[in-house]
Amino acid sequence: MVKTMTVETLAKRIVNNEDVFILDVRNEAAFADWKIEGESVRILNEPYFNLLDGLDPVIDQLNKDEEIIVACAKGGSSQVVTEQLDEAGFANAYSLEGGMKAWSEHLEPAKIGDLSDGGTIYQFVRLGKGCLSYFIESGGEAAIVDAARMTEVYEKFAKERNVTITHVFDTHLHADHISGGRKLADAVGATYHLPEKDAPDAAFDFEPVEEEKEVQIGNTTVKVHPVYSPGHTIGSTSFIVDNHFLLTGDILFVRSIGRPDLAGKAADWVGDLETTLYKRYHELSHDLIVLPAHYSFQEELQNGTVTARLGDLYQNNKGLQVENSETFRKMVTENLPPQPNAYEEIRQINIGKLNPEIEEQREMETGPNRCAVEG
Amino acid sequence: MNVTKVVDATGMACPMPIVRTKKAMETIDTGEVLEVHATDSGAKSDLTAWAKSGGHDLLEETEENEVFKFWIQKG
Repeated sequence: MVKTMTVETLAKRIVNNEDVFILDVRNEAAFADWKIEGESVRILNEPYFNLLDGLDPVIDQLNKDEEIIVACAKGGSSQVVTEQLDEAGFANAYSLEGGMKAWSEHLEPAKIGDLSDGGTIYQFVRLGKGCLSYFIESGGEAAIVDAARMTEVYEKFAKERNVTITHVFDTHLHADHISGGRKLADAVGATYHLPEKDAPDAAFDFEPVEEEKEVQIGNTTVKVHPVYSPGHTIGSTSFIVDNHFLLTGDILFVRSIGRPDLAGKAADWVGDLETTLYKRYHELSHDLIVLPAHYSFQEELQNGTVTARLGDLYQNNKGLQVENSETFRKMVTENLPPQPNAYEEIRQINIGKLNPEIEEQREMETGPNRCAVEG
Repeated sequence: MNVTKVVDATGMACPMPIVRTKKAMETIDTGEVLEVHATDSGAKSDLTAWAKSGGHDLLEETEENEVFKFWIQKG
């Protein structure tokens, strides 16, 4: 049996900025579309089918003293290649268990900060997809924002801390990943909140998120305060937590801004997006700490978390520096990156109209998220 | 189409569909056609990439009842 490495171990290494060398043996197109990234990551791509007869195509680029982590789509081909490496005397070769599929599903929690009443807010980083979700804990209760499909991770985290999840929020109807919000709320008996404008024909019941309608977490003063902030979707709503953190969903990221086109309404929503970014957010305290639902660039992830002061983003985020509406419209409607994998089906799932098998859901979610427009 | 050999890789996970296809390809002559059946969703892009890198021609591909079929002419 070859040696293997779990995605948990790899995630810790990357978050801690330890040197990592990956041999990605998927085909070139799959590699070009999406790969394991990190500031301390070196990566080499050579499809496994070029290595079946021997390691010649890569042998000159490998070092026998170095640790080599072999990754493929699902963890099968990487075992075969790792076995070859092992036989050739590469004693530190590991096959990544579950491959990119497992990597796409891993969530790495990190503490963001303390709340005024002694509670804590955590960010769950989905390294493989760039999705961010939040766990707000106070007075024995917890609220989860923008939960990923792997809801057992939040349940386990809550259990370890001996807190009860009472509220689950989605900032908007997601198009890039399958929301775990409803499933999580059902599993733990929490209230599921979703902006009504994003789900007028949802196939399930939910608590509509309304501006100014505050939700209290625990028996103390941590409040989740919704701010209507359309543009990525018509219902997109931000949450101010404890007067200190601004959860922006897919409207504002650290280095980029949201894209308005994933529901086919780019032209209609451009004005909303501009108003949200240049008026509504601008009127908020610039000392708020922005906590987005995504990141797209490695430098946005610092010490395992993705955060920024709102005022600093008004200085540094190119999407917030546009001088006039026409330039802004062009920026967010032209030259957009490709749309995320299966985004239309994912929206249908999140609204309760489709319910494919779990394997199909996993398949739909692989690949990068692409929810951002860089200015 | 005149098929020389059929590879049944249904139910097999990566890398087996490619391993089997590669072995079968070694037994046929240039210009002859191999028909490959697979169910692994990864086989589709991998077979396409593999055929290209090996100088073979992917003549046709279909998907029916969750079975992918490929016709590859040896180059």
